[in-house]
Amino acid sequence: MTTNWQPTASIETLRQRARLLAKARAFFHARDVLEVETPVLGRGGSTDVHLVSLSTQARTERGQRRLWLQTSPEFHMKRLLAAGSGPIFQLARSFRDGEVGARHNIEFTMLEWYRPGFDLDALIEETTQLVTALLPRAPGPVVRHRYRELFHTHLHIDPFNASLDGLRALAAERGQMPLSTLEVESRETCLDLLMSLVIEPQLGQGELSVVVDYPARQAALARRHLDGEGDWVASRFELYVDGIELANGYHELTDAREQRERFDEDNEERRRLGLSEVDADQALIAALEHGMPEGAGVALGMDRLIQLALGKARLEEVLAFATPHC
Amino acid sequence: MANYSTNEFKGGLKVMLDGDPCAIVENEYVKPGKGQAFNRVKLRNLMTGRVWERTFKSGESLEGADVMDLEMEYLYTDGEMWHFMKTDGSFEQYAVEKKALGDTEKWLKEQVPYTVTLWNDNAISVSAPNFIELEVVETDPGLKGDTAQGGSKPATLSSGAVVRVPLFINQGEVLKIDTRSGEYVSRA
Repeated sequence: MTTNWQPTASIETLRQRARLLAKARAFFHARDVLEVETPVLGRGGSTDVHLVSLSTQARTERGQRRLWLQTSPEFHMKRLLAAGSGPIFQLARSFRDGEVGARHNIEFTMLEWYRPGFDLDALIEETTQLVTALLPRAPGPVVRHRYRELFHTHLHIDPFNASLDGLRALAAERGQMPLSTLEVESRETCLDLLMSLVIEPQLGQGELSVVVDYPARQAALARRHLDGEGDWVASRFELYVDGIELANGYHELTDAREQRERFDEDNEERRRLGLSEVDADQALIAALEHGMPEGAGVALGMDRLIQLALGKARLEEVLAFATPHC
Repeated sequence: MANYSTNEFKGGLKVMLDGDPCAIVENEYVKPGKGQAFNRVKLRNLMTGRVWERTFKSGESLEGADVMDLEMEYLYTDGEMWHFMKTDGSFEQYAVEKKALGDTEKWLKEQVPYTVTLWNDNAISVSAPNFIELEVVETDPGLKGDTAQGGSKPATLSSGAVVRVPLFINQGEVLKIDTRSGEYVSRA
């Protein structure tokens, strides 16, 4: 058998890709946002229960060390913010094991940027401007949706108050899976399933959809606040075009103690689920203790945006050598 | 058999689901921005031919199914079972039930190779070659000179299938038929 050495993207597509990357850089240069490059390898990994981090062993001046391939450049960039960098952006290679599909590749390019002094609204505004600038056709008006309202509209339930049994039954029905497989699943898993399978495909159709007010349990590294109904929600947004999630932004958590607690909760949940623990990033905690300016940050799947802009069916068509053709 | 995780679900992979062997048709990885990932999977039940949709949590696995497609020649039927023989020179024979034969029954012709799907060494389905040549055993008399005109009539073939054929076709002629659509292609 001959080894297939050919790229998964055409050379013409790679030319168009380069133009879009240059456009993204120009967008930030015009706004005086500094381009940075941070390491792919870090001492800490992402403790997020739903991300699988890759790691490798390296011989360092401190001896053999396990180093983590970053699932996003977030921790390093926040350390730069704490060191006084001001607004920064990066096109960063990021790695998430097992994420394979028409819109996923294990190794991918994240466009991530941080805006000290911005609140979530200002960052949503800037993100929609960037996306609009890179897409060949205007994606339509920017429409905000609250997480709660989406579930009301599409599923006639309240995601904050619906009973767990009711959520499991609905998720099993919509997922066409036996109820028994959801027996031990949490509210979040059921909500994730309903969001992914039922709601997401409806988003970003003829509009640029911005989803806000996620349940506080889905906050990750965002702050939390009380919404009008008196429920805790995450100060976080996601942006959708054509049913595809493009970006995920936070009003950033800057409290070192709360950050440490969230890392610990993640690792506790990992133990409960029988997943391997990940080294929490102590350097990030130390940076937050030193003090990171208040602000907002967002991560955008650059390959996906390029895929959308060029109208390609599969992500691999915009990657020179998609995994496992690498 | 080995277990396959959702990552490895590729079109054509044979797995066990709810006790039946299935072939993966499509596998879509879906993940909300933050949170649990799922795989939306279409599978064809190889016993019934029906396509199922199922959602799996990413990382779940299914047992592989011991399913093989083999080329076999059709030999004969004893009225209850249909007998096929491997074409690999082993002369090994398999008896196939009517249920497994399904629609292919109407395309059977001796000495033609078919694809027989075996699960744990039992035949569970048979598919006909895409094109097959069969003799017309019954049809209205042909219309002389009418080779270009449209219009068609039913013809019964030696295998029992009834297909629409052009008006100029006569009894005793051998025709090339597309078994997937059941349509006349040409004179053989």
